[in-house]
Amino acid sequence: MLDIAVVLVAVMLCIALILNLWRLIIGPHVVDRILALDTMYINSIALILLYGIYNQTPLYFEAALLIAMLGFVSSVAFGKYLLRGDIIE
Amino acid sequence: MSFTVELIISAFLILGGLFVLVGSIGLIRLQDFYVRLHAPTKATTLGLGCVLIASIVYMYHIQGYASINELLITLFLVITAPVTAHILAKVAMHHRVKVMQRTRNQHLIETARMQLPPENDNKKQDQDN
Amino acid sequence: MSILSRAFSRLLPMPLHSLVLLIVWLMLNSTTSLGHILLGTVLAIVIPVLCAPLRIPQPKIKRPFKVVSYVFLLLKDIIIANFEVAILVVGPTRRIKPGLVAVPIDLVDILPITVLVSTVTMTPGTVGADISKDKKWLYVHVLDMPENEQEVIDLIKQRYESRVKEIFGC
Repeated sequence: MLDIAVVLVAVMLCIALILNLWRLIIGPHVVDRILALDTMYINSIALILLYGIYNQTPLYFEAALLIAMLGFVSSVAFGKYLLRGDIIE
Repeated sequence: MSFTVELIISAFLILGGLFVLVGSIGLIRLQDFYVRLHAPTKATTLGLGCVLIASIVYMYHIQGYASINELLITLFLVITAPVTAHILAKVAMHHRVKVMQRTRNQHLIETARMQLPPENDNKKQDQDN
Repeated sequence: MSILSRAFSRLLPMPLHSLVLLIVWLMLNSTTSLGHILLGTVLAIVIPVLCAPLRIPQPKIKRPFKVVSYVFLLLKDIIIANFEVAILVVGPTRRIKPGLVAVPIDLVDILPITVLVSTVTMTPGTVGADISKDKKWLYVHVLDMPENEQEVIDLIKQRYESRVKEIFGC
């Protein structure tokens, strides 16, 4: 049963990633694109964790943690750049 | 692995997948940026939380001990998601992103952009007093 | 005695932060072996000493037990918020009536305000958007606005702000 569930959830996550990519492409404003990118980061974390379950290894948690941190920092840096025109004040 | 454990893991996984999918559907379907901001910040965080719980239970059954490593990811996301949402909302106000026609109190965007107190409400309160 | 306490405060300028650092280090490595405890202790002492000059004084948490009940309330609200938002998103989008609200806040310091705004963002259909410069008004974007906007203001003030106030004791 777990095998079926893992495949099903993987399909759902991939559809979610495609929808995010669609918003990233059509986004009318830059902010929409940043939001789509941020959501893509979170969805890819979920996908990596799912891959860990599929391969029965806890090895991928570090990768997920790294992506979470990088995603947050990059989204905030984008936001700061758009607010002030500069990343470092 | 017993049937019950497998059922719990599968249920959490599917719930998480559904929430992530709903967040992304919201990102596509909703009309203006401020409304779109609601879907990913909330739904995706809980969806990822569900996937992480499933992963913790699964790893506990494979290894025999619970690794609290995964809880850190959840904690980190719960702390950072509001900050990202707040900064993106601020950016949207700064750049005067279009709002939906039927949004109420649209004049507040301009005062919020200048970080001023809302003028109309003050006047109203003065009249009341 | 005073020399001792001064040396202690020089060595451990932020005792709580040091403890959290050690715990997070052990969680990251998911082990309790002696080597990692030693390395974590060294990091937990060195990093706060380096960071102490950058610190901005923040109000202390007066009631730690309130924090636990607040976190549980928050978890419950986050789950409810997600179901509500999910139903709104999947249902017909014509029914969504967004709106902005200015909420007057009584908190003074930055840390309680940050906690409050993060709470507001994580909970049912509201995103904290901005704060006025005098820190007296919080602008909130509401996904599904009730007819009377006072309801939203009352919810935020009574359910969350009063609790944050109690925690920080101001």
